[in-house]
Amino acid sequence: MAYDLSFAKEVYKKSEMGHWIKMCMQCGVCAGSCPLRAHWQHSPRQLFQMVRAGKKDEVLKSSDMWMCTSCYNCIARCPRNLPITHIIHGLARYAETQGKVDPKQPTRRFAVEVFWENIVATGRVGEAMLTMRLYFQDGIGAGIQRGLEMKDSALGMLKTRRLNPIPFRGKIKGYDGFKKMLAKAAELEVKLENKA
Amino acid sequence: MKEYTFFPGCSSEHNASAANMENSIQSMCRILGIKLNEIDDWNCCSASIGYAGGGQLPRMAMSARNFALAQKQRGNADLVATCAACWLAMRETNERLEHEADVKGAINTALGEAGLSYDGHIRTRHFVEVLIEDIGWETLKSKVTKPLKGLKVAGYVGCQTNRPFGVCGDSFENPLYLDRMIEATGATAVPFPMKVACCGGALMFSETEKSCVLTKQILQSAVDNGAEVIITPCPVCQLNLEVYQGMINKNLGTNFNIPVLYYAQLFVLAWGGSWQDAALHQQVVAAEPLRRFA
Repeated sequence: MAYDLSFAKEVYKKSEMGHWIKMCMQCGVCAGSCPLRAHWQHSPRQLFQMVRAGKKDEVLKSSDMWMCTSCYNCIARCPRNLPITHIIHGLARYAETQGKVDPKQPTRRFAVEVFWENIVATGRVGEAMLTMRLYFQDGIGAGIQRGLEMKDSALGMLKTRRLNPIPFRGKIKGYDGFKKMLAKAAELEVKLENKA
Repeated sequence: MKEYTFFPGCSSEHNASAANMENSIQSMCRILGIKLNEIDDWNCCSASIGYAGGGQLPRMAMSARNFALAQKQRGNADLVATCAACWLAMRETNERLEHEADVKGAINTALGEAGLSYDGHIRTRHFVEVLIEDIGWETLKSKVTKPLKGLKVAGYVGCQTNRPFGVCGDSFENPLYLDRMIEATGATAVPFPMKVACCGGALMFSETEKSCVLTKQILQSAVDNGAEVIITPCPVCQLNLEVYQGMINKNLGTNFNIPVLYYAQLFVLAWGGSWQDAALHQQVVAAEPLRRFA
């Protein structure tokens, strides 16, 4: 049986930092260093070998990359100094651009639909709006329930002036330029990928 | 008077979750004669998780816009962040701009859309680096008027001031700078095996149950080693360890009630600052063990 390297070549070219996967020697230190190791199905080491084995759908539809907390332990410990955290972020982002991720994957939903939209809306994080959007993403009933669970914490934050009672905030002054800059950066990212 | 360009970041804004960090750091600066010149009209650094919604180039463009504004307003003065995630995002962006010409070209084309450009040369530093490298341990110790003698503190370094760049040459597995800060205030740094474990970070919002287990282990380790308070340099660590204690107690059958502070709050108190100067009135879990020094 011949190896099918088409998916590996696609990842090396199009997924951020994906070309470093070539350097992985399959030692598994990343797996043992990950704080979410009890929960994923495939470790970074296994994902990298699946890329090499051409298991495109299994990799891109996987929830595993989305469990990265960005703790950078795998980077710090990798004996070959591979930027594992960034390779994993790259695979998650590539899966997102290919429309392969389960839309209900909780961290994908938070990162893409809540966090990024929140910062792009004004140029800065609006913590109160971010929390509201997060709590109410599954509807009003679920939102109220989640809000009640966190009621004491929220009141504590309000009392200590660490939560703005008004969820709306103004845009940064240079907002129009900021938006144009992000649009251009997104356009150039695609070009950089194709050139790599 | 030492001056730096300053990137406070979103959680350090007025009425935001790390207002206690910002207020206590500003008190430290008043005592040390440091002036932090805030970048006018800065934007969010997009943290680490910005990769997912935006992609890497837009994520880096966000830090680059702050660099461009800093350069325009303050020249090439060192750019200081107090938040671990902001510092990390800035350091990563700065390194790639320095080493990858195609990234620098693309970023500047994007900045051009906002009428800005950035040609490099600004050093991005964390506030703890400024304290250790520019102010120095001797000065930090010499300011102490009210030593926090007998106070047992767990120094929780967490992830993003430690990995992948590190602070002042400390090791990744056992960084010592936070313990040395504790000792500099006259307090005792307890042994703390979980000092570099991950609290779950932003996954506390999306994978709350899994993250609460991580946070619980960190809190347990601090309590088991006799700590009366935990200190940290990171706003996300502080939030996760403090604000989720109630939920962890309810769901995981624990009984934690341990204050989680910033290193700056200890320094300000030890240097004779008031409870308000140290922003100790802004703790959700009240800082009762520090009352005896106030």
